[in-house]
Amino acid sequence: MQMVIKKSWFNNSIKEKLIHGFFFCNGIISVVVLLGIFALLVFTSIPAFSEVNLKDFLFGTTWNPTSYVKEQYGIIPMLVSTFMVTIGALAIAIPLGIGTAAYLSDVASPRVREIAKPTVEILAGIPSVVIGFLGIVLVGPFLSKVFGIHNGLNALNGSILLAVMALPTIVSISEDALSNVPKSYGQASLALGATKWQTVIKVKIPSALSGIIAACMLGMGRAIGETMTVLMATGCAPAMPERFLGPVRTLTSSIAIELGEVAYNTTHYYALFALGLVLFIITFFVNMTSDIILHKFEKVNR
Amino acid sequence: MNVLLKDEELKSTEFTENNIKVCVEDFNFYYDTVQALKEINLKIRENTVVGIIGPSGCGKSTFLRCFNRMNDTISNIRYEGNIAIDGNNIFDKDLDVVDLRKNVGMVFQKSNPFPKSIFENVAYGLKINGIKDKGFITERVEKSLKDSALWEEVKDRLHKSAFALSGGQQQRLCIARALAIEPEVLLLDEPASALDPIATAKIEELIHELKKKYTIVIVTHNMQQAARVSDYTAFFMLGELIEFDVTNKIFTNPSNKITEDYVTGRFG
Repeated sequence: MQMVIKKSWFNNSIKEKLIHGFFFCNGIISVVVLLGIFALLVFTSIPAFSEVNLKDFLFGTTWNPTSYVKEQYGIIPMLVSTFMVTIGALAIAIPLGIGTAAYLSDVASPRVREIAKPTVEILAGIPSVVIGFLGIVLVGPFLSKVFGIHNGLNALNGSILLAVMALPTIVSISEDALSNVPKSYGQASLALGATKWQTVIKVKIPSALSGIIAACMLGMGRAIGETMTVLMATGCAPAMPERFLGPVRTLTSSIAIELGEVAYNTTHYYALFALGLVLFIITFFVNMTSDIILHKFEKVNR
Repeated sequence: MNVLLKDEELKSTEFTENNIKVCVEDFNFYYDTVQALKEINLKIRENTVVGIIGPSGCGKSTFLRCFNRMNDTISNIRYEGNIAIDGNNIFDKDLDVVDLRKNVGMVFQKSNPFPKSIFENVAYGLKINGIKDKGFITERVEKSLKDSALWEEVKDRLHKSAFALSGGQQQRLCIARALAIEPEVLLLDEPASALDPIATAKIEELIHELKKKYTIVIVTHNMQQAARVSDYTAFFMLGELIEFDVTNKIFTNPSNKITEDYVTGRFG
């Protein structure tokens, strides 16, 4: 007897190739777009440096591109602002986030976890402009009352709001990491007479450290790149920031504020792209560092 | 090498007031509404090894996990009756379960070292007890590793990851970890079920050594193992303690028909 092989109407190998091509295109598009953005930033930034000294740009402490006397393009005040707000936000969000994650994964009853975790995750969906609004009407007046200052729009305000925004990421990913720690570790620790608290601190968190660090780095990325909230809540004075309770202006809010009104193809215009490039490089290094840390811990732990 | 106590020896010194380490009285245990252990009565002598055997799901592990109240980590459990260690009821409201677990060490079926160095694994129990004296910790780690017959194999790599050890070594590390805090009673939950025969033999040899200092309760699936390592054997079935006696008697001349059928391999 002979086997009958039905010929499909469409050659299978061609179909395979088409599918392969389709996914290849999808993959390549995201890479191309990323490189395109980077190229755009680089090429649009370059003209700025025909008039602005790179050293003045990187180390100048005054940003005053619209001066009648002497235009100055120093980004230090904005870098300092960005780092102040980011570090402030992380200082609030990391302990709070890891604490919440530890509570959810190890202390809370299953029912509480089922309700609380999605609720925290919903927090991530609140538009940043709404959070900025809360900063103006809620956190600002509160801060001015507590610290006896006349203006509540400052770096601390921005830090608090960014902490709120980074929290869902940190809580959610840390909780996943903690829940993925094998149950047997916790059991072993408890059986040795450790309290729940000791078990979380000494066994669970160290075992989940790579995930927790990744969570914090993602939270940091969010804090560095966030624009609308800090624009609304930090006062936006372009001067060199002096203290946490004074107004600051981050890289992102500078771009957002000035790009709308800048004259096309002027040095100022190009300088704003250079700001974008700096921001891009910072976030790139944050992501790369988190990647390196992740891999290092993975090697140690496996 | 017959390390088992002689029958006569066991009988002659049997259960005087002074040598009872653990006393279980009318003990019932429930998972929610399912009764997992029924009216258990059992006495364990100091410095002996008690083997717990029985078919799967008979409540062996549940019973073992009652001695250090590890079942407390499960919700919806309930117990009735008493378990006393050295005369102290372990379910007493005033007793801190953390203190209980420091006195009742446990080794699990699957070796579960922490993702830390060998040294840190053994030192863990000491550190959570607030011991900071480095010299003392180092000394105790070495002693525990010697007691668990692992020292010679790991002394040059104490600060390497515990995951680099073989399965049998990891299990002995877990025993060392449990020994480091010097418990009174040691619970072993099928400690050799995931190991090869050579590693198993090492663990069994270790148990013979350890009973000089500790009272040991071992759950095992392997009847030969129970016959080899334990002085007394308890046979469980469907949550009931069918028979508890000197090991030789259980395996050669059990008084209960079901026990006989089980140990001769007619079911199970």
